[in-house]
Amino acid sequence: MPRRILSIWCAELPVDRWRLCSGTGRGEGADAGPLVLIAETAHGPRIEAVNPAGRAEGARKGMMLADARTLCPRIQTMPSDPAGDLDFLEKLALWSRQWGPWSAMDAPDGVLVDVTAVAHLFGGESSLLADVQARFASRGLVARLAIAPTAGAAWAMSHFGPERAILGAGCDVVARLSDLPVTSLRLDEDVLVVLRRLGLKTIGQLAGVEEGERQDGAGRDSLHRRFRNRKSPAANPLVRLDQLAGKVPEPLLPVIPQQMPLVQRRLMEPIRHRALLDTVVSDLAEDMVRELEGKAQGARRLELGLWRVDGEVILRVLELAAATRDPSHIVRLFAEKLEDIDAGFGIETVRLRASWAEPLALEQADIEAAAERHGTSLSACLDRLTTRLGPKAVRRPVPHGSHIPERAQRWQAPLDPEPARQEEMRFHARPLKLLDRPEAIAVLYATPDGYPKRFRWRGEVHEVAKVEGPERVAPEWWRSRSATRLRDYYRIEDQAGRRYWIYRHGLIGDGRGGAPEWYLQGLCA
Amino acid sequence: MTMPSHLTLPSAADLAAVSASRTARWRPGLRDASHSEVFAGSAECAGAAVALSLALDDWRMRERPETGEAEDRRAVLWVQTRAAVKLGGRPYRPGLPREVSHRLIHVIAEKDADALFALEEGLRCREIAFVMGEVVGNPKALDFTASRRLSLAAERHGVKLWLVRLDARPDLSSARLRWRVEAAPSSPHGPNTQAPGTPAWHATLFRARAHAPGEWILTDDGRALSAARSRDENAAPYPVDLVRRTPGRSLAAV
Repeated sequence: MPRRILSIWCAELPVDRWRLCSGTGRGEGADAGPLVLIAETAHGPRIEAVNPAGRAEGARKGMMLADARTLCPRIQTMPSDPAGDLDFLEKLALWSRQWGPWSAMDAPDGVLVDVTAVAHLFGGESSLLADVQARFASRGLVARLAIAPTAGAAWAMSHFGPERAILGAGCDVVARLSDLPVTSLRLDEDVLVVLRRLGLKTIGQLAGVEEGERQDGAGRDSLHRRFRNRKSPAANPLVRLDQLAGKVPEPLLPVIPQQMPLVQRRLMEPIRHRALLDTVVSDLAEDMVRELEGKAQGARRLELGLWRVDGEVILRVLELAAATRDPSHIVRLFAEKLEDIDAGFGIETVRLRASWAEPLALEQADIEAAAERHGTSLSACLDRLTTRLGPKAVRRPVPHGSHIPERAQRWQAPLDPEPARQEEMRFHARPLKLLDRPEAIAVLYATPDGYPKRFRWRGEVHEVAKVEGPERVAPEWWRSRSATRLRDYYRIEDQAGRRYWIYRHGLIGDGRGGAPEWYLQGLCA
Repeated sequence: MTMPSHLTLPSAADLAAVSASRTARWRPGLRDASHSEVFAGSAECAGAAVALSLALDDWRMRERPETGEAEDRRAVLWVQTRAAVKLGGRPYRPGLPREVSHRLIHVIAEKDADALFALEEGLRCREIAFVMGEVVGNPKALDFTASRRLSLAAERHGVKLWLVRLDARPDLSSARLRWRVEAAPSSPHGPNTQAPGTPAWHATLFRARAHAPGEWILTDDGRALSAARSRDENAAPYPVDLVRRTPGRSLAAV
C-alpha cells in the first residue's frame, strides 16, 4: 500500500489564534483594520504575522514595524505568542488524528497526518480534503491542504500548490512539482541563497542539473560535491529532493497524548512530624496504585514533591528496577528517602507523580495462604538493595568481547538484558575471582623467560609446585598505545595447594621498558 | 523450642535411630543446612570456592517441584563487603561455574551492616536460588542476633545462605554448619600432570547441628562434589576431641 500523507498548513495560524482568543469575528472589531502581531528584537519590533487588511496595506511578515508604519500609519499592533502557538499546534495535531491513525507536528504552523488507507471512510481523498477544510473553517482556521505519497511532496503542494491538491500514488512526483520554487524543499535560508546564486530557482531546474548532465558525469556529482559537508536534510537540497521523491525515508515524530499519573494531598494543617508524613505518603501510594491500575501500568520512576509553608519544595525521586504497583513496596522505599527531610514550619502539600510508567498487566491477587512464605519478588528485592546501597552497588557481570582478561567482563544493571554475543571460548581455564587491580609480586625464577620457582605476595613466600602456561595475551593493538607490553599468564599452584593466576608483564629486550615485572591478578579456586 | 511432653517422648528405638543418623557423617548431597559458614584465609580463594561448590552440590541434589519449570531460572546473589573485594577480588565471569555465571547478581556493600541487610533481603526473595556472602573478620554488626536473623530468614523462605568469613575467628553464631577450609594440593586432571588439576580443599566441619564433625578432602570437577575422608581415616569414629578443641561453642547448635 503506498503511503498517503496529508499536509495541513494553517497559513494564518497566529492571527487566527489571536482572533479566537480575543473573541472577534473575521473582519470585525480590531480585525477590520490593519493589524500586525509583533515580536521584540534587538533592532526594534518586527512583524511576525499580519491580518488580511494589513496585508492589503502592504505589511508583510518579517518586516520591521517601523517600515510598515511608513506604509500605513494607522496599523495596530499586538504582541505575538510563539509558545502559545506551538501549544495550540500540539492540540491541533492531536485533534487532526480524526482523519488518520497518527499525526505529526510540522512546526511552526503545520500538521502532517498519515491518511494511508483511510480515505475511503470519508468517501475518497477529495471529499476527505473537503471535510478537513470545512472542519478547520468551522474552528475559524484558514487551512491549505494537500495529499501526496511523501511528506515532502505534501508539504510542498500545501504551501505552493493549488488548493486541495492531490498527487496520485503512481505519478512522478518530481515532474509534477517541477514548477514549484526551491523554497518548497524546506531548506535553510543560507542554502536557499546558495541555490539562488547558482541560478536554480525551481525544483525542475534542480532536478534538471541532476539528470541533464548525467551523460558527461557532472550532474549529481557536482551538486553532491557542493553540499558534501551538509548532513542535515534541511541543509542539503539533494537529500530533500530524494525525500520528496520517496527515495530516502523521512522519519516523522508522531504526536502521542500522554498523561502522567499524578496524585496529591493538600493538608488542612501543615504537618511537621514524620509519622503524619508517613501516613500521607502511604495514602498517596494507595491513590497512585489505583490510578496506575486503571491504566494497566506500573511505575518505574516516582517523584514525591513536598511543598513547605515557607515556599521551599523538597523533591525525592525513586527509580525502580521493574514496573511496580505495590503500595507497601513504594512506601517502604520512600521511607528510606525521607529520613533527612527538614519540615521547617510544616508541609502543606504532598504530591506523588509517576513520571515514568510501563505497561504492567493486571494480576490476580495472591490467594494462597503460603504467600507469606513465598517472600518478595526479585525486582522488589533489587529495589530495596539499590535504594539503600545505591544503584552502582548492585550489578551483574556480562561477558564482553575482549581477550584482555580484565576487559572480558563488564558490569551492568541486574535486570537489563544481556548483550548479544558469541559463545565464549571454553578451552582456557580462568580464575574464579579477579583482583580489582593486579598486585605486583617479587619473583625468583630459574630462567628469565620461564615460570617462577618461588614468589612473595602480601608478605608470604609461596613455593610453586605445579604450573601451566604460558598463555600469551597480546595488547589490543587497535586500542592500546604501541608501548603496551604483552603478558604471559601462568596458572600456578603452590606447595599448599593454593592456586593463583599470575602474569609476566613484558619480555626481556622487547624495547618497551625495563625488566619484565610479575603480577598476581586472579585467585583460582 | 517446645519441651516434649511425656506423651510424645521418643521411644528407645527412635533414640537409637536418631543416634545412628546423627553419627552418619556428612557427605556430598546431604542437605539440611539452611545457613552455613565457611572460615577461610583471605590469601586463597578457597572459602568462596568451597562455599560455591557446596551450594551447587546442594542445588544439584534439590528436587524440583512437579509444577515448576524444567530449568531453574532463579538468580544467585553474591554479596561482598568492600573489604572482601579488596582482599580477595570480585567474581570473574569467565571463571565461574557454568550453572552460576549467567544468573549471578553481585552486590558490593560499603559497610558490614549493609552487607547483612543485603543478605537478609536476598534470603527473603523467592526468585533467588541461594545467597553467598563474603565478610572480613569479626564485624560488630555480625553478632549472634544478626546471625540468628539470617538463619530464621533462610529457614522461613527456603533460600540457603553460605557465608564466607575471611580471616575470622569462630565466634558465636547460629549457623547450622560451620566449616574451616584450606586449599589442598589438586589432583591431576588431563594429560598435563604438571598443571594444577581439579581443585581440592581440606575442609573441617567443626560445628554442625545434626552431624558429627569431621574432616574431608573435597574435590569439585565441575559436575559433582566428591568428599574423601581425610588422612585420619583410622582415627576414632567419633572425634570428640575435634569438638572440644574449637572455641566459641554456638548456643543454637545444641
